[in-house]
Amino acid sequence: MVPPGTPRYLKRTVDAPTPSQVRRPLVTVTPQGLFCEPGGFHIDPWRPVERAVITHAHADHARPGSQRYLGTRTGEALLRRRLGADAVIDSLEQGERRTLGDVTVSLHPAGHVLGSAQVRIEHRGEVWVVSGDYKRAPDPTCAPFEPVRCHTFITEATFGLPIYRWEAPRAVAEDLVRWWDANRARGRSAVLFCYALGKAQRVLAELARLTDRTVFVHGAVHALVEVYRDAGVAMLPTRLVSDVEKGTSFAGALVLAPPSAGGSTWMRRFGEAETGFASGWMRVRGNRRRRGFDRGFVLSDHADWADLLRTVEETGAEQVLTTHGHAEPLARYLRERGLDAAPLATPFEGEAED
Amino acid sequence: MRRLADLYDALDQTTSTNAKVEALTRYFQQAPPEDAAWALYFLTGQKLKRLLTTKLLVGWTQELTGIPDWLFAEVYASVGDLAEVIALLLDTLERPSEPEELPLSVWLEQRLLPLRTKPPTEQREQVVSWWRAMPRREVFLLDKMLTGELRVGVSSTLVVRALAKVLELPASDVAHRLMGTWTPSRAFFERLVSKDGADVDRSRPYPFYLASPLEQPPASLGAPRDWLVEWKWDGIRGQLIHRQGDTFLWSRGEELITDRFPEITAAASTLPEGTVLDGEVLAYEDGKPLPFARLQRRIGRQKLTPKVLAEAPAAFIVYDLLELGGVDQRALPLRERRAKLEALLEDHPRFPISPAVEAAGWEALASTRDESRERNVEGFMLKRWDSTYQTGRKRGDWWKWKVDPFTVDAVLLYAQPGHGRRSSLYTDYTFAVWRGDDLLPVTKAYSGLTDEEIGRLDRWIRAHTREKFGPVRSVEPEQVFELHFEAIQPSPRHKSGLALRFPRIARWRTDKQPRDADTLDSLEELLHDSA
Repeated sequence: MVPPGTPRYLKRTVDAPTPSQVRRPLVTVTPQGLFCEPGGFHIDPWRPVERAVITHAHADHARPGSQRYLGTRTGEALLRRRLGADAVIDSLEQGERRTLGDVTVSLHPAGHVLGSAQVRIEHRGEVWVVSGDYKRAPDPTCAPFEPVRCHTFITEATFGLPIYRWEAPRAVAEDLVRWWDANRARGRSAVLFCYALGKAQRVLAELARLTDRTVFVHGAVHALVEVYRDAGVAMLPTRLVSDVEKGTSFAGALVLAPPSAGGSTWMRRFGEAETGFASGWMRVRGNRRRRGFDRGFVLSDHADWADLLRTVEETGAEQVLTTHGHAEPLARYLRERGLDAAPLATPFEGEAED
Repeated sequence: MRRLADLYDALDQTTSTNAKVEALTRYFQQAPPEDAAWALYFLTGQKLKRLLTTKLLVGWTQELTGIPDWLFAEVYASVGDLAEVIALLLDTLERPSEPEELPLSVWLEQRLLPLRTKPPTEQREQVVSWWRAMPRREVFLLDKMLTGELRVGVSSTLVVRALAKVLELPASDVAHRLMGTWTPSRAFFERLVSKDGADVDRSRPYPFYLASPLEQPPASLGAPRDWLVEWKWDGIRGQLIHRQGDTFLWSRGEELITDRFPEITAAASTLPEGTVLDGEVLAYEDGKPLPFARLQRRIGRQKLTPKVLAEAPAAFIVYDLLELGGVDQRALPLRERRAKLEALLEDHPRFPISPAVEAAGWEALASTRDESRERNVEGFMLKRWDSTYQTGRKRGDWWKWKVDPFTVDAVLLYAQPGHGRRSSLYTDYTFAVWRGDDLLPVTKAYSGLTDEEIGRLDRWIRAHTREKFGPVRSVEPEQVFELHFEAIQPSPRHKSGLALRFPRIARWRTDKQPRDADTLDSLEELLHDSA
């Protein structure tokens, strides 16, 4: 007997199966990562595999070493940077269908970063969607998330707790400008930490609606800003910090840098600077304080609690599998609302970057 | 309330000390005295007696948001601060675009304090209506006040510095005016900021002068003859005040403990009018201090029966003279204060003066210091004979030269998230030693690791969790830590039968295997040695 409260998903092999339930799951977890057996491919694998379908170019999703990759056309340049010149990369337009093994695969906008996608897999009439990372809030740097109807939805749950609720990005951008101005008035520089791929460009694009001032950027940010500019994303003008003549004052400047630059000698050139961090994690005060930032700006590239729930509903999925972050509470909450939901066992990951 | 919220944000949004002092100064210059008094009350770490149980607040929040118990617990474990959890969850409520604004003193005196005596239904109605009308950051502050937990992340030194700037007074004067108990009111604040401020409450203690740990070799302090060397007694640092026929005994935590030590209070009535002494409350018998554990047992008792008093008789060992004949003595050099103290207490055998330890030189002192444990003391205090009695922890003139701590190598067994700043990290650790083939938990320890080590250990804990019990995780018994502690005592409440005093992490022994950790037997030996 299975204990009461066990999700139906796990009971499958125990309950008398109906014909449709006899089917094996389309996607399972293997030591290499999410695996679609009938399609013969992995999704965002952790280790090198034969064929990898990639949702987006963040380092924890796009790892080098696999034999062949499949991603979106809009994300190809970013993927190429991550995987190297020799990687074999095929690209699909958003929505374009491709047959892999016994399944049909297509990629659909996830709204996370430039070129990010959900993976739709169809096999003999059954549809699974792997969300990858996604958000529903507006973002001028990438195509908005499109809900895709499916039977099983594998959703990320990075911010799967009801305390996570995002303000309108416009309001956050206004707050950022106020912070920048306050530091300008005092002749200080303002160093905003944010992830170099996605968040930095989103900040530059949001701010472009409010000002036309030039922003200084760290080298890691600079390279990716160029890729976004090539893709036609409108952003504030930027200048590479290392291009500035030695001894020049950064008083009044806004500087974008990856969090790894914090506390490094690279920071010294800014003299008396205030620091900020743009991330969904900044919603909780303790997160900001323990990392020692002066200011936290709550700007996330993931879905907040309400948007996770809304998205699950919009997919019409009968079965929901949760992964990353707060997978367990999100699954339990969905179960209590009558859905067939369970966390997907994936190996340990630290606090997701955002 | 908005002004307090602005101040809170300003303090919270900077890591710069100067910016904090600036924000405080601005606040005290602008706030009306009746509000400033309340802000000062919270800023100096004072707390309201709890107005409502947290259980009620949690229940109302769940009713308003439909969050089930288990999810609330999950959220709390992730945030670690109840007021913040409530404020974040209630963020989904519709709020008026122009929130109502009331002065802080009105909030406290007309709304919050009367709440305590109201029936629960009325309490609910009121609190919920406030929640619905306030911006999130004010809901957070309100919840903190309701639960009596409003602490502002700023040291009282900074508050004193800012006030001194506003009042154009020396910081030590301001610190003194803020000592003792006071009621936050317009009258109090006006008296505080008045130029003379002479209206001294007779119970008001002086700020304690605190010693700094000696980290350099004692020889670097110069000639031993310039220093008074005393044993570092292991009791409760206290200040004994006898003014206008009344006696007050304050602990270093500015808690009035007069009633806890009737024998000391009674003896003090024989002191001359206008006397203030700095000293140590000790369990003391036959001219010798008893282990701290004896005093601790007494502190834990609600009723001071004759039996309790007989088991742990208390004495006040005197260090210093702060006031004589109603006159402040703190500006005199220690040499003169000590001479006056000896003259004063000559006929008061109930108040032994902490004796000077005589020795030929620093080396001889170092070997005498090794007797500390047998004498139930923690090492030496070194006080410069020329020193005035200063305020707070000022380096240079007073040092504590403590005996080396005990050490034990123990294995990490459980971890749970910390609070506040560390709420999203596993920083609360339980350590075990071997009893045969089993690991037996012996102590918890929180501090001692660097931020970098805390981060690394946090990741390790998450990746090596065996089981979860609510917020607590049991981990693979692989990591060995060297713990330091000050004393060991028997404890029937612990499974191991013993308790460590002031345990902290000295080093992460990545060079050691779990098998190399200490055994319960070795700890029990320490226990017998120190008993």
